[in-house]
Amino acid sequence: MANAAAPVATKELRMQEALREALRSEMARDERVFVMGEDVALFGGAYGVTRGLIQEFGEKRVLDTPISESALVGLAVGSAINGMRPVVEIQFADLLPLAMDQLASHAARYHYMTGGRINVPMVIRTKFATRAGGGPSHSSCNHGAFIHFPGLKIAMPTTPADAKGMLLSAIRDPNPVLFFESHHLYGVRGPVPEGDYTVPIGKAVVRRAGKDLTIVTCGGMVLKADAAAEQLQAKGIDIEIVDLRSLAPLDRETILASVAKTKRAIVLDEGPMIGGLSAELAALIQENLFADLKGPVVRIAAQPIPPPHSPPLVDAMIPDVDQVVEAVMRLAEGGKIA
Amino acid sequence: MLDTAKRRAMLKQMVLVRAFEEKLEDLYQSKAMFGSTHSYRGQEAIAVGVCSALQSTDLIASYHRGTGHLIAKGADLYTLLCECMGREDGYSKGRGGKMHMGDMAFGFIGNTGTVGGTVPTATGAALSAKVRGSKEVVVSFFGDGAANQGVVHEAMNLAGVWKLPVIYVCENNQYAMTVSLAKSVAVKQLSVRGAAYGFEGKTVDGNDVEAVYEATALAALKGRNGDGATFLECMTYRWDGHFGGDPGTAYRTKEEIESWKQKCPIKRLKEKLIAEGNLTEEEFQTMSDGVYADLAAVAKRAEAAPLPQKAVDLASIYAPLEVSHG
Repeated sequence: MANAAAPVATKELRMQEALREALRSEMARDERVFVMGEDVALFGGAYGVTRGLIQEFGEKRVLDTPISESALVGLAVGSAINGMRPVVEIQFADLLPLAMDQLASHAARYHYMTGGRINVPMVIRTKFATRAGGGPSHSSCNHGAFIHFPGLKIAMPTTPADAKGMLLSAIRDPNPVLFFESHHLYGVRGPVPEGDYTVPIGKAVVRRAGKDLTIVTCGGMVLKADAAAEQLQAKGIDIEIVDLRSLAPLDRETILASVAKTKRAIVLDEGPMIGGLSAELAALIQENLFADLKGPVVRIAAQPIPPPHSPPLVDAMIPDVDQVVEAVMRLAEGGKIA
Repeated sequence: MLDTAKRRAMLKQMVLVRAFEEKLEDLYQSKAMFGSTHSYRGQEAIAVGVCSALQSTDLIASYHRGTGHLIAKGADLYTLLCECMGREDGYSKGRGGKMHMGDMAFGFIGNTGTVGGTVPTATGAALSAKVRGSKEVVVSFFGDGAANQGVVHEAMNLAGVWKLPVIYVCENNQYAMTVSLAKSVAVKQLSVRGAAYGFEGKTVDGNDVEAVYEATALAALKGRNGDGATFLECMTYRWDGHFGGDPGTAYRTKEEIESWKQKCPIKRLKEKLIAEGNLTEEEFQTMSDGVYADLAAVAKRAEAAPLPQKAVDLASIYAPLEVSHG
């Protein structure tokens, strides 16, 4: 692992650039890696992530495809079984359900159901986030649905550095990895280590250390958690933020270690609250730490409606910073923080 | 024209495929087999004709009526039978059953129970063959029922666009479980679809193992030469119901079933070889008895094989990371 070593040189990149760097370096290192999806070649991807790859690696390894999400995932499975390392781009997470059978009943299950004889090393990259203007079919946060399918790994990087490091790990992983890239985070810049920098799939990170309360969150919500934590710091409340980075496998140790320390927890998710990731996290925490907790585990997540189009409707649906601050204050009064 | 040795070998393979289905049915009836059976009786010429025309480095993807394909491609009978019977020694250690296996050691990409689900898998394996510049050809076995799944259309379209070395072998037994082809599609032959994807579509007599072999050999040559995919529709009929326990008569007449039994692919090749003087009835009987006896011995071993332990291994859902680098 490159990560544990002494400081390495970094450069400032946006998340798209960091992802592109990972793709470029891995395609150069491993000729089994190829990219396919709608608009990924000549156009460079709907979000520019694959820009320039066609010029560097040619049309045999950068494939523009028709709009056939189910077959794209299915062909990725078959090419992975037969020696390749496909990286597929699905433009919106809303379109993953089109490929659900190939993801959930094929990619996810092959290793287990063949007694370990067959591996499916593939990556499905997709963009998600609920945002104004996207509407019901272009702004879903359905990541929580995929934790129901054992065998899939689910990555959700928050920083450009993690985007690069986790994409490299995902491509090298012998399992199918569903790679969620948040629309909220695409424009964010950050330092990205140069060279062969990997971040393991399945490891959360304490994004902000604190002693009074843990917010467990992921993706674009990490930014909101951080903004809330800044406001709360001024009130003398010290927030710890656990950024999951991977939803599967879930890093239970890091989550539980943090809450065991702070004894208060909020789970914050951009996906729908019912039957989702936030429910899973809340259950995990209270089942393991009930006696230590100084208050209920509070869930803050999206309202259970389809993602709407108009800005005020979207704002009402997804968690905001004020909601987080208010929830912390309620827990603080009940639990007498500070 | 195929030589006699090859045709005799194909005859023996067909007998083995049938014997295996009959053994599964026995085991199902005696409750030694878990889950249902999906008998391949009557369709043996397709699995055997296709796989006999392939090279050992070629690949196949199968579906839920797939034991015949696996045997014809070279599966180990004991390991296969153990999997059908949920035994630890099975291909999938009892996790998959007869509908969920895969082993690249004999060129078997996998089969699953989602109808049409492995058509894109086969197509993807063919994409890999093309990108890597290998000479592998991939066969995608599926039924007429699968032909109407959306993902099958998507995958075939891509195979046409990219000229992939894949042979779509549609085993048209004329019923999707119980629903007839006439109720499912508005065309007489499914092979017309090839034209829609820009590759050849051909219908052959799926009960004529030599015809299936010849058509496959041509399609494989085409794929190997970089000339793309073929839709090979093999007309056939399953003698039995869709699954163990379905007599298959609620939606088919006894006369229809009987008429197809007269077109038995084994009987057909056997009688042809005898007429040519390349086989005697006695030789056939000796061969057939041998196949059934060998299989009975294998089944005895499989029945004695242990079931998996009652335990959940959470780590088994993922391949370990260390296998990834190299």
